[in-house]
Amino acid sequence: MGKSVGIVESKIFHCEDELALVCGKKLSEFDLIYETYGKLNNNKTNAIFIPHALSGNHHIAGKYHKNDKYSGWWDNMVGPAKPIDTNKYFVIGINNLGGNDGSTSAKSINPKTKKVWGSSFPILTVKDWVASQKKLINSLGIEKLYAIVGGSLGGMQAMQWSIDFPNAVEKILCIAAAPSLTAQNIAFNEVARQAILQDDKFYKGNFYQEKTKPKKGLRIARMLGHITYLSNDSMDKKFGRKLIQGKYNYNFQQNYEIESYLNYQGDKFAMTFDANTYLRMTKALDYFDLEKNFKNKLSKVFAKIKAKYLVISFSSDWRFPPSRSKEIVKALLDNNINVTYAEIEAETGHDAFLLESEHYHNTVRNYLRS
Amino acid sequence: MNRLDFIKISEWIEPNSKVLDLGCADGALLKYLQAEKMTTGYGIEITPANIEKGIKNKINIIQMNLEDGLSVFDNQFFDTVILSQTLQAMVNIEKIMDEMKRVAKNIIVSFPNFGYWKNRLQIINGKMPKSSDLPHEWYNTPNIHLCTVKDFYDLCEKKRLIIEDQLFLSENQPIKYFSNLRGSIGIFKLSK
Repeated sequence: MGKSVGIVESKIFHCEDELALVCGKKLSEFDLIYETYGKLNNNKTNAIFIPHALSGNHHIAGKYHKNDKYSGWWDNMVGPAKPIDTNKYFVIGINNLGGNDGSTSAKSINPKTKKVWGSSFPILTVKDWVASQKKLINSLGIEKLYAIVGGSLGGMQAMQWSIDFPNAVEKILCIAAAPSLTAQNIAFNEVARQAILQDDKFYKGNFYQEKTKPKKGLRIARMLGHITYLSNDSMDKKFGRKLIQGKYNYNFQQNYEIESYLNYQGDKFAMTFDANTYLRMTKALDYFDLEKNFKNKLSKVFAKIKAKYLVISFSSDWRFPPSRSKEIVKALLDNNINVTYAEIEAETGHDAFLLESEHYHNTVRNYLRS
Repeated sequence: MNRLDFIKISEWIEPNSKVLDLGCADGALLKYLQAEKMTTGYGIEITPANIEKGIKNKINIIQMNLEDGLSVFDNQFFDTVILSQTLQAMVNIEKIMDEMKRVAKNIIVSFPNFGYWKNRLQIINGKMPKSSDLPHEWYNTPNIHLCTVKDFYDLCEKKRLIIEDQLFLSENQPIKYFSNLRGSIGIFKLSK
């Protein structure tokens, strides 16, 4: 259902306002790369912002040229007549600060030293991202977003928006997210980080000058991450114990299909993704804790928000399971916020938020229309 | 649509009050109350298709299993809690009654009356009753705890709930006399 937004191109927002970061450091200027789809109406009331998750970017939908092999990362959700309908809404995607795909990051030149930031690039938090995103949204003349739709780490940014800028967004769609990470979540992130940090090509984050990349570490980090995005059932269904060549090799070459799949995913990722970005994205996740500045009471967090909420979780998501979404719902209910909650049956784990399913898509579509 | 049960329930609801509808289906009642009485509040529902419809009806709808209790809501969070045509499908009826008492001042319950004469007649003829209010076959019905109006009065007494007002309907017409025999649906306003 629905069509593609077609051929799209990215734009750059350059901001010379100083951005004071939560960690204490400052960025004197920064760039954000972004894309938009659909048309902003005259009153500027139909804008939807879609923040990205850990490995995502600003390229949400469409292709860059006719022969482009890949579409944007949420092409099944965003487009003409799709759940986030670009015939009706003006959709904005932004690559986060520190991101991999063209926004100011560790790969960029530090304007003060005229050298690549590398390891000296600050560690950003969700709150910092939201502050920088707000400046871009303002530059488009949009005072109030109609909605922010975020999955996973994107959902965390959506919540932060509604808290930091209560008058700047009407509806939050918070999908497969959590109010903070659990010890287990942080543990997975730490293993991923250690894989990168201990790669001898990492050079303490300054591998750019060495003209190399810590690919081994990134591969392992991605392989581990990928396991946590899927469910046991969906892995079993897709791969089971299937062997690549139909027999045991009795050596350490890849023997099972799941091994080949993970290695392929790892390779693909290590080719294109920046290690400093990965490290910082996982840190932003770890440090995200809505309650921290509210006396560890989640219900206090939402006391001053004005947005309406749709919270969605997926039954087999064990990274951010339904119980974590219910914590968000409970805190919203405590404040008499307009909230709707859908717990969607899906066997595909955390990844379900990116996959097409009729009920899920109808839920998003109906909520945006209501 | 002229649903007498909606109209009666609406009469029992204070304007601008806070309402919880348990097993709210597509949210039609809450939508009606929002329009008629400017109520706020939430509906609880378990069926995915109803979640989609509830969103379309612009109500706040929470997907949850009522059997798990109402722990997401604080004590006396609502003015009124409604359990409309859902009681008979619950496993743990006493638990939900206790939870309703906990979260709201006023309680409204409606259910299909098993003592309705057409149901009795079908039993006399040796068959499990089927009707527009009880449309399922005995082997696939979600209605596992059917009761008569008299049975319900006994439960209210056990739970120390006072019947403030009641309405009996048969084919969307109000029934005044011999209601346990002639009413196919009973709607009750209860207080503690």
